[in-house]
Amino acid sequence: MSTLWQKDIHRGDRLFQFVLRACAIAAMVLLLFMVVNLGYRSWPAFKVFGLKFFVSSDWDPVNDQFGVVSFVYGTLVSSALALLIAVPVSVGSALCLTELAPRRISAVLGFLIEMLAAIPSVVYGLWGIFVLAPLMRETVQPFLGKYLGWIPLFSGPAYGVGMLTAGILLAIMIIPTILSISREVFFAIPRAQREAALALGATRFETLWIAVVKSSVSGLFGASVLGLARAFGETMAVTMVIGNRAEVAVSLFAPGQTMASVIANEYAEATTDIHLAALGAVGVTLFLVSWLINSTARAIVSRSERRGGAGGR
Amino acid sequence: MCQGRQAFVLLANGTLLKGIFMKLRIRNCLVALTAAALLAHLPSTGRAEDLLITGAGATFPFPLYSKWFSDFQKADPTTKINYQSIGSGGGIRQLQEKTVDFGASDAPMTDEQMAKSPAPVVHLPMVLGAVVITYSLPDFNSDVKISPELLSDMFLGKITNWNDPRISSLNPTLKFPNKPLLIVHRSDGSGTTAIFTDYLAKVSPEWKEKVGSGAAVKWPTGLGGKGNEGVTGIIKQTPGAIGYTELTYALANQMPVASLKNQSGEFVKPSVESVTAAAAGSVKVIPEDFRVSITNSVGKGAYPISGFTYILVFQTMKNPKAQAFKKFLDWSMGEGQKSAPSLHYSPLPKELVAKVQKRIGELKAE
Repeated sequence: MSTLWQKDIHRGDRLFQFVLRACAIAAMVLLLFMVVNLGYRSWPAFKVFGLKFFVSSDWDPVNDQFGVVSFVYGTLVSSALALLIAVPVSVGSALCLTELAPRRISAVLGFLIEMLAAIPSVVYGLWGIFVLAPLMRETVQPFLGKYLGWIPLFSGPAYGVGMLTAGILLAIMIIPTILSISREVFFAIPRAQREAALALGATRFETLWIAVVKSSVSGLFGASVLGLARAFGETMAVTMVIGNRAEVAVSLFAPGQTMASVIANEYAEATTDIHLAALGAVGVTLFLVSWLINSTARAIVSRSERRGGAGGR
Repeated sequence: MCQGRQAFVLLANGTLLKGIFMKLRIRNCLVALTAAALLAHLPSTGRAEDLLITGAGATFPFPLYSKWFSDFQKADPTTKINYQSIGSGGGIRQLQEKTVDFGASDAPMTDEQMAKSPAPVVHLPMVLGAVVITYSLPDFNSDVKISPELLSDMFLGKITNWNDPRISSLNPTLKFPNKPLLIVHRSDGSGTTAIFTDYLAKVSPEWKEKVGSGAAVKWPTGLGGKGNEGVTGIIKQTPGAIGYTELTYALANQMPVASLKNQSGEFVKPSVESVTAAAAGSVKVIPEDFRVSITNSVGKGAYPISGFTYILVFQTMKNPKAQAFKKFLDWSMGEGQKSAPSLHYSPLPKELVAKVQKRIGELKAE
């Protein structure tokens, strides 16, 4: 009886291992299939435009001229803006929730903030058009223009929609992601580490800084990279507030367009083969840029870990 | 399910478990009700001789087509028509790949697309749509009059303020504010944009040369909003903005619309009737295959930015689908045309209905 039982366990183990391996391979095969299919579909565009596709910002479907620069610029700038706003806010509130707020309040607040992640992005987009954009046009942009207008970033007419608005909307959308991971990272730090800092005579602020924040840098970095990934791929909400103009403008008030939004905008009604291929090529570019940013981030994290940062996880 | 419930009764000695038990019972009731509803529904839709015809294409006529298909199913319960509004370009592609029985498009297929098609495609105009100019000027309730030259110069970025003398010379009785004029256009590829830019290319040689026409173009100026709701969202929120949307959308949302000067020199307000008039004025120049743009129509009382929306079928369809679909097409030219205005779509003029009916009669079945 007992040997049979054990044998069954081993069989179960093997089955489990097999299932897990199949899952892992399926994920890889799916990725490979995506790359191959994307490459196949975009090939005609690369054949016609070659490397010019990556250095031209001319996007003219009527005359079959396609270049991706303005979309790469739009994706990078709007996502960078979003990170710039979202990381301090999320890390700050995660600190507050784990270290300062009473348990009960922290649980309720944490739950509410994570709820933000469940709102569909088209709702964010509509809110962006009807609430955020008028606020930007009437209050925020005139204020920035008045006091910081001498910086080219904050010059030009205030339309309400544009790069800055898209960045702010994206920031709101990625805060739940970064916040909830940062919270887990802070939770994972042993209590003893905080007590040790206090015992050495550190003030409360110093304890937070030295024992909690500094030792979770790589974890926080990971959280930010995940947030960035969401900002990169976000389509609907950004499309609704970015103004959809294929050009590289210095001012953050000016309209722009991202790689994801041009695909969403034009794919359904693209009729010529070269237009479809060019949109596929934008997908390839998005793939390459995300991959580049992700691997750079990974390299930075592993370097900081090797240098002796304890690591939050 | 029953065994599980007995097990639960045996275990249930605490109030918490009883609560769960109650919930489960309610859920079981719901499941049973849903199943009963589904079963009750089966006899009307699940019969062997029932036909499912599938189509895909333009988003613009989708509200009307949904009404048509459900009305037609009431008249003829054996045929069910399923339509996916994936966009005109997608509709044409799916028809050519033969993944659907019919396609739908706001713009006729190009000669290049016709040549690539695996079998001859027939264009059947169903109803008419129009593109209207809408704007937002606070404390300004009057209708604005616009000429084709003024419109193209606005969209070329040559007119940048509402106090431009060219606007007031067309509207001598109105006082325009000193406000920057902001162009808002569709950012997504769209039949609406195709009709609008087709019109601008016809009335302005400069537009034709610099921008051209198509479902997506390189706009000289302005902001892009996604979909009708995106464009109107930006226009409503931005004083001084002007842009274009579908007539149906503007009428349903009671938006201010501009009157446009047509070829006969009249200023015409967009409406269900003035759009039908545009088709009536063009009947003489409509070719046998119906592939034509009727923007800038010569008709009297014609609203100039109007266009057909088509259903695309192969010249030869397979039976029994062919017969059922021909029945629907005949119905659409009769009953269907009558119900179009209730959803703000413009019916085809009578002369044209007769031509389309003749063409439907010539469709072959095998």
